[in-house]
Amino acid sequence: MNSVFSNKGTIAVFVLPTLILFCGIVLIPIFVSSYYSLLDWNGVGRGTFIGLDNYVEMFKDTRVLNSIKNSLLFAGASVFIQLPISLVLALILASNVKGEGFYRTVYFIPVLISTVVIAQLWSKIYNADYGLLNVLLQSIGLSSLAQDWLGQKDTALAASFIPTLWQYVGYHMLLMYAGAKSVSQDVLEAARMDGASRLRTAWSIMIPLMKPILKVSLVFSVIGAFKVFDLIYVLTGGGPFYTTEVPSTLMYATIFDTFRYGYGSAISVFIIVECLVCTILINSLFKTE
Amino acid sequence: MSTVEVMLQKKPKPRSISGPIGKVFLQAFLILVAIVQIYPLIWLALFSLKDNSEIFSGDVAGLPKAFLWSNYTKAMSDGHVLTYFMNSVLVTAASIVLVLILSSMTGYAITRMNWKLSGLTMTIILLGMMVPIHAALLPLFIILKNLSLLNSYWSLIIPYVAFGIPMAVFILGSFFKGIPREMEESAVIDGCGIYRTFFSIILPLVTPAISTVAIFTFLSCWNELMFAVTFINNTAYQTLTVGMMSMVGTYITQWGIIGAGLMITTVPTVVIYLLLNKQVQKSMIAGAIKG
Repeated sequence: MNSVFSNKGTIAVFVLPTLILFCGIVLIPIFVSSYYSLLDWNGVGRGTFIGLDNYVEMFKDTRVLNSIKNSLLFAGASVFIQLPISLVLALILASNVKGEGFYRTVYFIPVLISTVVIAQLWSKIYNADYGLLNVLLQSIGLSSLAQDWLGQKDTALAASFIPTLWQYVGYHMLLMYAGAKSVSQDVLEAARMDGASRLRTAWSIMIPLMKPILKVSLVFSVIGAFKVFDLIYVLTGGGPFYTTEVPSTLMYATIFDTFRYGYGSAISVFIIVECLVCTILINSLFKTE
Repeated sequence: MSTVEVMLQKKPKPRSISGPIGKVFLQAFLILVAIVQIYPLIWLALFSLKDNSEIFSGDVAGLPKAFLWSNYTKAMSDGHVLTYFMNSVLVTAASIVLVLILSSMTGYAITRMNWKLSGLTMTIILLGMMVPIHAALLPLFIILKNLSLLNSYWSLIIPYVAFGIPMAVFILGSFFKGIPREMEESAVIDGCGIYRTFFSIILPLVTPAISTVAIFTFLSCWNELMFAVTFINNTAYQTLTVGMMSMVGTYITQWGIIGAGLMITTVPTVVIYLLLNKQVQKSMIAGAIKG
C-alpha cells in the first residue's frame, strides 16, 4: 500500500512538470528582474553592472515619485471611499432585506468584466461632447459642470480612480457579506435582547467580528491599487502630462518605449517590495490590536 | 469550503429592518446602487446598436430608433473581433485544461502522497500567489523571444498556466485533504493503479474545487491585458483585450462598432455568471479567503 503512495517515479510524474513550469516562468524571472535592476541596459548586448544606481536615480526622479504618489492616492481612495461603501452595502444585504440575492448578483457584475472593457466604456462615459456624464449633467441643468474629464490636469486623476472604485465595490461587498453572514446569529440575538440598536450592533459586534475578512479586503484593495495597470494604460495612458501615471504604466513605458531595461526592472522590483511591505504591515496591524 | 457554503445559504431569520418607512428607504437606496452599477452596461448595450448620427445628435442615452445589428457584423468581420474572440476562446480553454491537469496532479501528490519535500514544494508554490505579474514581465519577454515563441498562442498559454498554478494547487489541495483515506486504499486493494485511482476515483470527488479553479482561470485569462499586449503584436494571434485596443484605434469615432466589440467581449462572461452565479460568487470568496 505504502509503496503505491510513495513511489518516487509516480511522484515525479505528478509534480515535476508543474514545478519546472512554475520555477521557470514565475520564480526565476523574479530573481532575474532583481538582477536586471542592477544593470544599465538597453536590451542590446549584456548591459553594464551599475549596482544600486538605478534605485538612487529612481528616488530622485520626479516622474517616478509622482507615479508613486498617484498609486498611494489610489490606495487611499480605495480604503477610505470604496471599502466603507462596500461595508455598508454588505451589512445591509446581510441583515435579511428583501431581494438580497438579486442585489448581490447585480452589484457583482462589474467585477467580472474585463478592465479593458471597463476602461473603454468609461472613456465613452467621460467623453466631453457626447459622454453619458456630460449629457446627464446638461439634462439636469448643470451644463456649467460639463467638461473634458480625462483631458484636464485637475480632473483626470480623480476621473481615472472612479471606474476602479465602481468596478470593485461589488467584490469587497461580496467578501464582507460572506464575513457578516458567518457572524453567529446567537451573538446578534443576544445583543438584541440586551437592547442594542441596529447601528450599535453593526458597529460594536458585527464589524469587530468581521476583522479577518476586513483585513483581506484591505490587503486586496491596497495591493490592487499599487498594481493597477490595465485601467490607466487603456483609459489615459498616464496622461495628460503624466498626471495619471502609476508605477506599473511607467515601468511599462520605461521598458518598452524607451528601452531602459535596467531602470524599468528597478521600478518593477519597487512594486513587488511595496506590495510585500504593505501586506506584512497590514497583517501585523491586525495582529497587535 | 463548508464555511463558504454556509455563508451563501439563505437562512430564514426573524431579524429584518424595522418600520415600513425604513424598509422603503432602504429598498430605494439599494435600487439606486443597482442602477449605478448596471446602467453604464445598459448604456453600452444601447449605443452598440446605434449609428453615429443618432449618438452624436445628443440622444446617446435613449433607446435606439432601429436596432443596428450591422454594427456587430462589422465589428466581427472588418474589426477582426471574430478572430480575437476565437483566439481568446482557444487560449483560455487551453489554459484552463492545463491548469486543471497540472495542479490537480501536483496538489494530489503534495497532500496525499508520502515524500520528504512535499511541504517545501507547497511553500514554494504558494509564494507564487504573492507575486505580481509585473515582476516577471521583462524576463518572460526575453525568454519567449529567445525561444521564438512571441506571437504565438503559447506565449500566452504558458505564462497564464504558470501564474494560475499557485491558487489552483492551493484550492485543489485543500479539497484532497478532506477525502477519507479508505477511498484510495480500497481502490488500490481492488487492483487499481495509482493513475486509475487518481483519475477515476479521486478527481470526481473534487468537482466543486475543479469548477472553482476553472472559473478563476477563465476570468483571469479572458480579461488579462499586460502579457497579451506585450507578447503579441500580430492581429492573427491577438486576444480580445488587446484586440479591443486596436479596434478602438481603427474605429475611433464609430462608437456603435466599438460598442459592439465591447459587448462581444463582455457577453460570454456575463452569461456564464448569470447561469452559475452562486458558484461564481462562492469561487470568488473561496479564492480570497484561501488566497
